[in-house]
Amino acid sequence: MATEAMEQLARREYKQGFITDIESDTVPPGLDESTIAFISQKKGEPQWMLDWRLEAYHQWLKMTSPSWAHLDYPPIDYQAISYFSAPKKPEDRPQSLDEVDPKLLETYEKLGIPLHERAALAGVAVDAVFDSVSVTTTFREKLAEAGVIFCSISEAIREYPELVRQYLGTVVPPGDNYFAALNSAVFTDGSFVYIPEGVTCPMELSTYFRINAANTGQFERTLIVCDKRAQVSYLEGCTAPQRDENQLHAAVVELVALEDAYIKYSTVQNWYPGDEDGKGGIYNFVTKRGDCRGDRSRISWTQVETGSAITWKYPSCLLRGNESKGEFYSVAVTNGRQQADTGTKMIHIGKNTSSTIVSKGIAAGKSNQSYRGLVKVSPRATGSRNFTQCDSLLIGDKCGAHTFPYQEIGNSRSTIEHEATTSKIGDDQLFYCKSRGISEEDAVSMIVNGFCKDVFQELPMEFAVEAEALLSVTLEGSVG
Amino acid sequence: MLEIKDLHATVEGNEILKGITLTINPGEVHAIMGPNGAGKSTLSAVLAGRDGYEVTQGTITFDGKDLAEMAVEERAQAGLLMGFQYPVEIPGVKNIYLLKSALNAQRAARGMEDMPAPEFMKLIKEKIAFMKMDSSFLHRAVNEGFSGGEKKRNEILQMLVLQPKLALLDEIDSGLDIDAMKVVAEGVNSLRSEDRAILMVTHYQRLLDHITPDQVHVLIDGRIAKSGDQHLAQELEARGYEWVVEEPAA
Repeated sequence: MATEAMEQLARREYKQGFITDIESDTVPPGLDESTIAFISQKKGEPQWMLDWRLEAYHQWLKMTSPSWAHLDYPPIDYQAISYFSAPKKPEDRPQSLDEVDPKLLETYEKLGIPLHERAALAGVAVDAVFDSVSVTTTFREKLAEAGVIFCSISEAIREYPELVRQYLGTVVPPGDNYFAALNSAVFTDGSFVYIPEGVTCPMELSTYFRINAANTGQFERTLIVCDKRAQVSYLEGCTAPQRDENQLHAAVVELVALEDAYIKYSTVQNWYPGDEDGKGGIYNFVTKRGDCRGDRSRISWTQVETGSAITWKYPSCLLRGNESKGEFYSVAVTNGRQQADTGTKMIHIGKNTSSTIVSKGIAAGKSNQSYRGLVKVSPRATGSRNFTQCDSLLIGDKCGAHTFPYQEIGNSRSTIEHEATTSKIGDDQLFYCKSRGISEEDAVSMIVNGFCKDVFQELPMEFAVEAEALLSVTLEGSVG
Repeated sequence: MLEIKDLHATVEGNEILKGITLTINPGEVHAIMGPNGAGKSTLSAVLAGRDGYEVTQGTITFDGKDLAEMAVEERAQAGLLMGFQYPVEIPGVKNIYLLKSALNAQRAARGMEDMPAPEFMKLIKEKIAFMKMDSSFLHRAVNEGFSGGEKKRNEILQMLVLQPKLALLDEIDSGLDIDAMKVVAEGVNSLRSEDRAILMVTHYQRLLDHITPDQVHVLIDGRIAKSGDQHLAQELEARGYEWVVEEPAA
């Protein structure tokens, strides 16, 4: 298999008129079965995994890119994307912070990231990078004592194949949607977490470093399984701006909560949003779904979305267990020419299930954003409740905010509440704050943070601080 | 403290202020009165630095600095604070948070550290009691759902906390019932001190029954037509504004 894949790749390179050293762990742009075989082989995967990927690929070929979102972007050329590229060799990276773009460093400083971490985030080959690796190892020992598994998805496929096979694709099947199918075929990175029965994870798990340190890997796949009565809080941070042009990021996150389990998943997303004119930036097409499989299980999504040129993301909950709970707390900020179509789906299947949705959208500049949410209550999900609150804040008069709430209620013994508001940061409000001695930027950030506080209080402490700082950075220069 | 010389200002190309000259010294309370459309609000707006008001001629000097060259927040940091006729609502932002941000922004501009939280709380509790406001007010959003009286009390509360050198009160009495007026007046009177000046802009004389000004100026058609002491205000109340126009400016 391996040889065959190499040969096919070699032929393709030739056809495209340039030579690449196959030893260098990089595939040229393009997607076909050989690319997938190559990825699978590089990751040392078993045959079943390759078969799973190929099946997803075949499904993807028959699908079309969704067009229902309130987004505007040119068609993506999937043959122009490179699907596997190992991190650069240490000697190719910047050797010190002096070689890193000062604007990038300025951003880190504003976010309050410590100096040695800034170096790691910027991809500088310094000792700090190795330090953080060893720190991770220490954590892993402590986690192992509790029986918690926390490793990369590739490692999990090799080391814990039974667990991965049992749960992978059971929440987001490979054929779920266009981007999920693509991810299933080509994912190269991501995390796997398993919390055994009755265990409360002794620390908050985070992918903050790893995703930032990676120069590549725009197709992460994350799988978190919480066994009966287990609990975990998981943080995902993507706070490093990316410099490249219109990169595609198509991640899949699957959460499984068994009886009485609780998963809290927090995200602070700040991928590169493109420049002021809308050039460059990440296309962020992400499928995140949690399955409250057991009775009384609970899944809580909290997200702060400030980056990306385009965001298409609906962290959802399948409330299958009786009395299970789903929560979605979201702050989405768009500036410049960013576009975001985000929201959630709460699917009530079990009896007496409840869900809470709090969405705060902030649009500035010439950006556009939509909240799109579905609350579906199946006929047998009697005694279910949903509360939705959906607020939009506009800064300036060239941006737009839209709300698309969908409700499908299959029984008469459930309660659904929906509240929505739209407001605007007016010149009068800014003038008022300034006339008290507060600078315009601080005034904007004060008003925006006030608007978002219901969501920020759901974030773990250190993330809340970062999120507030991030909003100020994102909205810099959005008025005046 | 404030020296206005031959001030001309336009709004959308129309000249509203046509040569105002006015000097306010520390410790003084001045009232500017005048009929609707005389330029009272424009004068407040120009002093506070609102957008859309252009100074075309003359100078405004505040504490030796050229006020027209200063940004809105710099004016506040330098000690000029405006009490608004119509304070805006800021949903989501708690009063206590605005007060704290404003106080610390002003302190920072003067090279001071943030006020320690216990000291700040003590200060706020004292001032809020003085203004006869309930402490739950601190945790409500700025001016959101406030009655007219509550909004005005809030403006004065900010003055008491921020302790400006020059308090500029724009129609602070409008929309107040008599009880609220008394509380607001007491707040303003408590601000009076040897090193602080107060400039009130008002349409009615009744505010001046509670806050006695040192000087009263009558603004008519963009100029100060007459100046005098508190008795001038009473005369205006009795005779209206028309007679001032006929007499030569003081």
